[in-house]
Amino acid sequence: MLIVIDYNVGNVKSVCNAFRYIGCVAKLSCKPQDINAAAGLVLPGVAAFGYAVSALGPLAELIKELALAGKPLLGICVGYQMLFDQSAEYGRHKGLGLVAGNVVPIPSSQTVPHMGWNLVKLPEDMDLFTGLPREKHFYFAHSFYADVADTQAKIAYTDYGFPMPALVQKGTIYGTQFHPEKSGKVGLKVLENFSKICQRKTT
Amino acid sequence: MLTKRIIPCLDVKDNRVVKGVHFANLRDAGDPVELGARYSDEGADELVFLDITATIRSRKTIVELVEKVAENVFIPFTVGGGIQTVDQIDQLLRSGAEKVSVNTAAVQNPHLLAEAARRFGNQCIVLAIDARRSKTQPLRWQVTVKAGSEPTDLDAVEWAVKAEKLGAGEILLTSMDADGTKTGYDNELNKAVSDAVNIPVIASGGAGELEHLYDAIVEGGADAVLMASITHFENYTITQMKQYLASRGVPVNL
Repeated sequence: MLIVIDYNVGNVKSVCNAFRYIGCVAKLSCKPQDINAAAGLVLPGVAAFGYAVSALGPLAELIKELALAGKPLLGICVGYQMLFDQSAEYGRHKGLGLVAGNVVPIPSSQTVPHMGWNLVKLPEDMDLFTGLPREKHFYFAHSFYADVADTQAKIAYTDYGFPMPALVQKGTIYGTQFHPEKSGKVGLKVLENFSKICQRKTT
Repeated sequence: MLTKRIIPCLDVKDNRVVKGVHFANLRDAGDPVELGARYSDEGADELVFLDITATIRSRKTIVELVEKVAENVFIPFTVGGGIQTVDQIDQLLRSGAEKVSVNTAAVQNPHLLAEAARRFGNQCIVLAIDARRSKTQPLRWQVTVKAGSEPTDLDAVEWAVKAEKLGAGEILLTSMDADGTKTGYDNELNKAVSDAVNIPVIASGGAGELEHLYDAIVEGGADAVLMASITHFENYTITQMKQYLASRGVPVNL
């Protein structure tokens, strides 16, 4: 079973709705025993970074430990940003530090927030994109982005006046700046691929 | 580069989708849960759900309906109609909406926009403006409230500019003159507002033919086009609209 981490931030329900729609069992929980037993973890997030990190509280250490031990983890939007070292959104806040890099503001030369459907170039060797064409539109809604510094991370980019990371993968740690649960059929396929990765890990 | 968006709109009254002309003569257009699922599946870029019953008594029903619609909608989803308070916004965002749209309450209390944007972020606060052409002054539009039934002293362009400063993240701009007529959007209105603000403008009211969508984007400067009649009654599918726009060089998510 997948566990969608429930930590009292914005619309976490839509992630569960999406998994249910593709026939995958995903439960909303904040209980350490559920998180420990999960085949994979999803860290959603619609909130400011600092608020999200403090709302996650002691679960942060547990999630980090499990992800480093190889339990598949998918961070979405602010949940993705929290995978990095730190963020500059409303002050300095430490993230989980699973992927090297900092979360910084989108340059003010662009319209902020970056909100809408943008084209992501999908590298061939990323298993979250299995079965998808080489480039697809995904739905974004954010004002900060992750400046990825991790040499071990694979990155998929979108163009917003500069190449902006849209997805990272480091081992079985995944993160999407876009919202797969709100990116129509293509987004549902990404979630389905994640659930298959989790199944493969457990069998 | 962001694509231009195609947004079907569900006007919901007593749990049914309805569509009228100039906000009146409503005609049944189907079940909101089914229509929402259909548009999400067909590749619409977003969905707007407006509760046009919007009485205090209907609030609980609307939250339940939003939850049901959200179960089958995997594109961004905006809910509006009768929203008065930040707590109601919170409730709708928790029920599965990505954004909320406010109209009458923001005119009565502009501070609501600021308060809501601070708490939830301006990306999820949409200001809906129902505008009517002035009968006395050229190229001026008057803001109306309470589903178009009550005129105000506000000028639509000035109100849009003020709302952006307060915290609105997007303007949903409906021409009451064009609504339901299928004769095209009011692109003078769309242009006046989109030139005056930096946030996205969604053109609404009057879509009847594919070229109307193109005109709203190119002449009106709209970032997104909203439609009801032409898609609920299946004159055009979402794919047909996008293929048409793409053939004329408009970036769309096809």
